[in-house]
Amino acid sequence: MTDDDTSPTTTGRSASPLLSLRGINKTFGAVRALSGVDLDVYGGEVVALLGDNGAGKSTLVKVLAGVHPADAGTITFKGAIANISTPADAKALGIATIFQDLALCDNLDVVGNLFLGRETGGFFLSEEQMEEEAWGLLRQLSAKIPSVRIPIASLSGGQRQTVAIARALIGEPAIVMLDEPTAALGVQQTQEVLNMIDRLRSRGHGVVLITHNMADVMSVADRAVVIRLGRNNGDFHMATTTHADIVAAITGAVTVEAAATGVDLEGISV
Amino acid sequence: MSASAPPTKTRLDQQDERIINATDGLRGALGSTVSRVRSGDLGAIPVIAGTVVIFVVFQILNQFFLSPANLSNLLTECAALGVIALGIVVVLLVAQIDLSVGSMSGVASAILGVGLTQAGYPLWLTVLIAIAVGAVVGLIYGASFNYIRMPSFVITLAGLLILLGLQLKILGPNGSINIPFTSPIVEFMQNSYIPRTAAYVLAGVVAGAYLFSQVRRRQRRIKHDLSSASVLSIGLKTAAALVVLEFATWYLNKDRGISAPFVWFVVLVVIMNIMLTRTRWGRSVFAVGGNAEAARRSGINVNRVYISVFMLCSVLAAVGGLMVAGRLATASISSGVGDTNLNAIAAAVIGGTSLFGGRGSAYSALLGIIVIAGIASGLTLLSLDASVRFMITGAVLFIAVAVDSLTRRSRQAHGKA
Repeated sequence: MTDDDTSPTTTGRSASPLLSLRGINKTFGAVRALSGVDLDVYGGEVVALLGDNGAGKSTLVKVLAGVHPADAGTITFKGAIANISTPADAKALGIATIFQDLALCDNLDVVGNLFLGRETGGFFLSEEQMEEEAWGLLRQLSAKIPSVRIPIASLSGGQRQTVAIARALIGEPAIVMLDEPTAALGVQQTQEVLNMIDRLRSRGHGVVLITHNMADVMSVADRAVVIRLGRNNGDFHMATTTHADIVAAITGAVTVEAAATGVDLEGISV
Repeated sequence: MSASAPPTKTRLDQQDERIINATDGLRGALGSTVSRVRSGDLGAIPVIAGTVVIFVVFQILNQFFLSPANLSNLLTECAALGVIALGIVVVLLVAQIDLSVGSMSGVASAILGVGLTQAGYPLWLTVLIAIAVGAVVGLIYGASFNYIRMPSFVITLAGLLILLGLQLKILGPNGSINIPFTSPIVEFMQNSYIPRTAAYVLAGVVAGAYLFSQVRRRQRRIKHDLSSASVLSIGLKTAAALVVLEFATWYLNKDRGISAPFVWFVVLVVIMNIMLTRTRWGRSVFAVGGNAEAARRSGINVNRVYISVFMLCSVLAAVGGLMVAGRLATASISSGVGDTNLNAIAAAVIGGTSLFGGRGSAYSALLGIIVIAGIASGLTLLSLDASVRFMITGAVLFIAVAVDSLTRRSRQAHGKA
């Protein structure tokens, strides 16, 4: 079942984190959306970012994507302090984000969407080269797309998600963040996307998966980081954790000092 | 397994067993066309079918309609308005509208009239000024759209009135200026026809260019290991194009032939088509029309696309206005008013450019304007007045938008919206 690994990184997580966040704060007016959040992402692992609605998951993702710059805290990327204040900064560092709405153009075909904003060719586009590269990329992901010359509108939800993931990979990012990738998908399509996430991991990418679906988390994630009310509330290794532990952390039945992890937060008063 | 193995090498784009059009060559091309049409992706079929119906009806009502003289004249008549419609196509592609193209063309014709007569400027300078004014107007529209976030129909509606006032101001108290018949632009618009032999050669060159581009495309696709059109289907298409073009040339040559303004219009259409389909700019126009937010996130400078589109539309409107003035050898307060706006917009939509953005082609300006000009010409031959012409053009526009909306629904049902 393991893939035909030709990618430079061998399977398994990297020794040091690709991305490290320490003490991230973000406020919107009177609302403190994130306070002192820490997060580590290693290469070749899938980190699930969990939390109830309004916990601050999306804000954290937006901080990393450069949509909302953090107010305080440090971001370390591959050992160096990084400054992410625009989406272009995040892209340049190698952090790709696939938002829930996928941001695809329905009227363009798959090739047009994959290469949108970075078409190959001189004054005239070299459609054939893009088409060849598109097939190569989709093969690597074992993606099931019947044709790259049909408009995105004719693809299923899972296929669109695949195109969005393939597009994120074109710049060879180190970190891929997926926001609710399976939210609107059926059983089979969800499985396809989860397989795709598995393949991203074996290519050596660090994957951040934001989701509400515990089944997805249990099946693909290596680690689960729980955010509650804008603070870290646990960092679980999936191999040694049960479903119930995580749900308890999400709902706040267990707060951080009770959890068996070394997160340096003082307890949250109830 | 061995029975179902493909007889020849499988191309990159044919390896998935669920592929819709897996066959190479002529049969594959025909099959894919039929299935496209069935699912509501009609392309240019409705407008071509509609044109045939309209032309046949007029021919039955008046034997002169399809005569070489009338057709030759009809094609010349549609050139100026067609250029304006071409600008509308580009604006519609980004899901915006420019309602002021008529006034813009009126301003350009006023500049031409005053510049050539009262100011005594050379032709090239007046043309340059008119085009520059168009560019500035488009820039203002684009900037107001981008930075003030005004809806484009309001911006251009205000622009319509302001430009109308500017046109009256430029023309001064007389309200009408005759452009000397000796001026090259009048000569070009009224009396320039492609010499008969040259027209046959031109038709051959166009078919040859088509053949060349198709062969090159086939070579590139084979090089990149993709399926490609068969030599036979390319040959047949080229032969068909050659026969149609040469026949049309022969028929029009029985009278005055193919007019230079029409050729100029077609050249602009072809250039625009290449720009829209083969360049980065064209791709970003379609992307912005389809999903502006997605285009923005892909790193496309969306504001620049909007500005370029509004500028292009106003500049083409100015060029169209110059052509109208040359055709009539006059610039007056009535240049560009009345139905110019709506005819240009109607032509773009009738030709198949969607009002919803992101779908259409430069060729829709050509097809649409032939329908509009055909109706106008036919009704004039029947000595019906403007009241009937307005109503019939309106009805055709209604039908065109109905077809656009219905096929859009069908495409959505077939997952091809």
